[in-house]
Amino acid sequence: MRALAGLLLVLAALPLAAQDAMPPAPYAYRQLEDPALEARAQGLMETLRCLKCQSQSIADSDAPMAGDMRHQVRTRIAAGEDPEAIREWMMERYGDYVSYAPVVSRTTWPLFAGPLVLLGIAALLIWRRFRRSA
Amino acid sequence: MIAELGLAALWMAAALAALQLAAGFLAARQDDAEIAILVRPAAVVQGVLCAFAFAMLVWLFARTDLSVKLVAMNSHSDKPLVFKLAGAWGNHEGSMLLWVTVMSAAGALIALVERRLPDRTMQATLAAQGFVALGFYAFLLFSSNPFERLPIPALEGNGLNPLLQDIGLAFHPPTLYLGYVGLSVAFSFAVGALLTRQVTPDFARAMRPWVLGAWIFLTVGITAGSYWAYYELGWGGWWFWDPVENASLMPWLAATALLHSASVLAARDALRAWTIMLGVVAFSMSMVGTFLVRSGILTSVHAFAVDPERGTFILVLLAIYIGGALAVFGLRAGSVAEGGKFEAVSREGALVINNVLLSAILGVVLLGTLYPLLTEAMGVRVSVGPPYFDPVGAIFVVPMLLVMLVGPLLRWRQDRLARVRRSAIIGMVAVLAGLLLAIALGAGVLPTLGIALGAGLAVASVLPLKGRRLRRVPLATRGMVTAHLGIAVALLGMASESAFSEERLAAIKVGQQASVGPWQVTLAAVDPVAGPNWTALEGVMLASYDGGAPIELHPQARSFWSPPQETTESALATRWNGQLYAVLGKAADGERWQVRLWWKPFVTLIWYGGLLVALGGLLALLGRVRDDLRRRYVTRKAAERREAAA
Amino acid sequence: MRGWRFFLPLGIFALFLGIAGYQLTQPKDDFVHSTMIGRPMPEFAMRPASPDRPGLSLADLKDGTPKLLNIWASWCIPCAAEAPQLAALKAQGAPIVGVAIRDRPEDVAAFLARYGNPFDRIGADDLSELQLAIGSSGVPETFVIDGDGIIRYQHIGDIRASDVPMLMEKLREAGR
Repeated sequence: MRALAGLLLVLAALPLAAQDAMPPAPYAYRQLEDPALEARAQGLMETLRCLKCQSQSIADSDAPMAGDMRHQVRTRIAAGEDPEAIREWMMERYGDYVSYAPVVSRTTWPLFAGPLVLLGIAALLIWRRFRRSA
Repeated sequence: MIAELGLAALWMAAALAALQLAAGFLAARQDDAEIAILVRPAAVVQGVLCAFAFAMLVWLFARTDLSVKLVAMNSHSDKPLVFKLAGAWGNHEGSMLLWVTVMSAAGALIALVERRLPDRTMQATLAAQGFVALGFYAFLLFSSNPFERLPIPALEGNGLNPLLQDIGLAFHPPTLYLGYVGLSVAFSFAVGALLTRQVTPDFARAMRPWVLGAWIFLTVGITAGSYWAYYELGWGGWWFWDPVENASLMPWLAATALLHSASVLAARDALRAWTIMLGVVAFSMSMVGTFLVRSGILTSVHAFAVDPERGTFILVLLAIYIGGALAVFGLRAGSVAEGGKFEAVSREGALVINNVLLSAILGVVLLGTLYPLLTEAMGVRVSVGPPYFDPVGAIFVVPMLLVMLVGPLLRWRQDRLARVRRSAIIGMVAVLAGLLLAIALGAGVLPTLGIALGAGLAVASVLPLKGRRLRRVPLATRGMVTAHLGIAVALLGMASESAFSEERLAAIKVGQQASVGPWQVTLAAVDPVAGPNWTALEGVMLASYDGGAPIELHPQARSFWSPPQETTESALATRWNGQLYAVLGKAADGERWQVRLWWKPFVTLIWYGGLLVALGGLLALLGRVRDDLRRRYVTRKAAERREAAA
Repeated sequence: MRGWRFFLPLGIFALFLGIAGYQLTQPKDDFVHSTMIGRPMPEFAMRPASPDRPGLSLADLKDGTPKLLNIWASWCIPCAAEAPQLAALKAQGAPIVGVAIRDRPEDVAAFLARYGNPFDRIGADDLSELQLAIGSSGVPETFVIDGDGIIRYQHIGDIRASDVPMLMEKLREAGR
């Protein structure tokens, strides 16, 4: 994890030069009034990937673009949109990459088959190891 | 001169590693006593020389010798001394030198103290250790020379990444390295035992303290790294399932499984091939992690050696060492009998389940971490994050924790569940109580499971002490109890943090208030402050818990100038029941400031739990070492008596 | 005792080695590509980002002529670096419209005064809304939009001199 530090060079500490002068989007750093809606927005934001920072969710980033994405998520949730619909909208534009929650698809099925295989192997190993008692 | 001395020491150490390999190999093969006497001294001198080389590098950084390329690239004369020293390992070349230093020091240590194993196994082990070290020496000397001079000394250094300029992080890497590389000892033991087919309980006992030692450092390293990410990143997250974090978690999982399977091998002379495999896998995970981080193929980690040539070099080393060891394993494991079958209800039965499930968790983490690499080869980019790892991991973690409730209570060989019925009922009552509490408080599915199992495990973990006089309980058992309790404590912290954290984002003027959970926070002032190599805006916040006396907090937004970067320094107010986490953001408009506040109930349990786990490891290690010293004393006395009688 | 299963770990490792080795030989593509290629631009209407050029809306893109849509910002350094290439594209007859991301009018004006103004229209995207809607992940990026408002191509990063003929070719293809 030492290199986590290195990672952070890219992630958290933005070089000064690439800062814009605009104030952040209204809902980038502001919560929705309704706690239930804010909780839904938060749940979604934690699983959308910040596109500028490679390895953080938009809920964990100071990048302006992540702020704009948070603004979009919050305003759409406030307008009554379903979080999964917003995720789908993002994935239509950026592909599977933007979502940290992989769904079963032609490219991702081994991610879900793998653990099942592991479960099978685990059961087999344990079963073989034990003496069958009468 | 200093740089040249360091480089010379490094070359000599490499030569000794070659000698250690050749002499150890010949001695193990031909039982040649004359060449065999070379092996241990070679390992010791190699360790000393390498430590000397590392000391030279630290000295160069302490003096900020700008004629050395590495110093000029990564240091700066303005930096505080402690960060100058930390700069020695805060870069690719220096950290690789630290890596071989730890590896050769571990080799020297086993050469000095290990007397239990048959000579041939010992020589094969040291030969393996020399072989692995040799590859890393080659890597250092041919493609990552830390002592390279600049043709013209630089006027000033480039500085160190500001995020690394933190006291926690200065000592985090060496800790983690002791863990990563300490596992090389287990690897060499496993290879040595395979080559000589001496997979015995003695082998497990000899290996166990080394694995324990490495595992303690890994535990501390991961715990500290998680806490550092938590307070330094400024968003309150403590684990991101980031590939770099996973790279440190995977060796820990393998080492944890190895510790438990070594116990079975030591006590029951079974799980021989399995233990050997885990010994190989644990260090392999360290190397694979290093490769992933340094080759830059998985994340865009640009700070270290993102250089295809170096990536290729490490990959070749991986192919030789891991591939070689696994090939030997494939060829030899069949002839290492696995040992008898077990009763399902017995200590070893529980340990087998634990081992298999831990290995499965390792498999899930490995799959989730490497899968994006696989799809990228097919031209598709995917992200795998917490929504995958959390539930899929839980499928394996939950049954493992359930077995952990009763496993330590069971006897070796054969037991009846009826005998531990009362303890099991106590544990299940605690699980139920946790379950009801979590549901009453409205926690989500995974946190509810975490609280229930955490509560059950917290109670069940101390049950092995029931009815025993604490003085008489062996240290190793106390260690086990402490470590299991630590897991329960950490689990409760994780569940509580994820279920009950409250967040408050606000834009407030100086003098205004914001509240989060039971806290009232007033922004009293925002002042400019200056550090040795940064300036910052510092907020003065008065935080009062539930109307109590206010605590002063000083979160900062720092700007470093060499290299130019901005970081947020969060401020924490810790109570017994959780932490207030405060961050000062940017100016929202003319007068108002963005502040971010979190109330995280019982979040500190995560790291206290981690430390308890490490403490448990330490107790077990002390117990094992003491037992070993006693046994040596007894055998020596017996030998002396026999001699006297003769 | 069947021995093959002891080679299972070696097999898994060989698989890893193969993938990792293959990936090392591939150039690292850190870009997040838009998956909107071949699909229509969304409905949008943006205020002018600078006083001397009109703003931008979907209708402006659906006027029958293919265009380059340049996503940029005055605070972005590579955007300044690609200015000569945009000028070259303009000189070769490419219609270019701009979208300024998170930018103030005075900064836009200063940037254009310094580096030239190849844009027919510049819309201001203050909340990166259009940027998100077309799957763009940074500045600068250049999209080729055909006369019906369909996204045909995405170029990520600054335009190098060697990219100019390629972009002209993409523009011609979009016109067919």
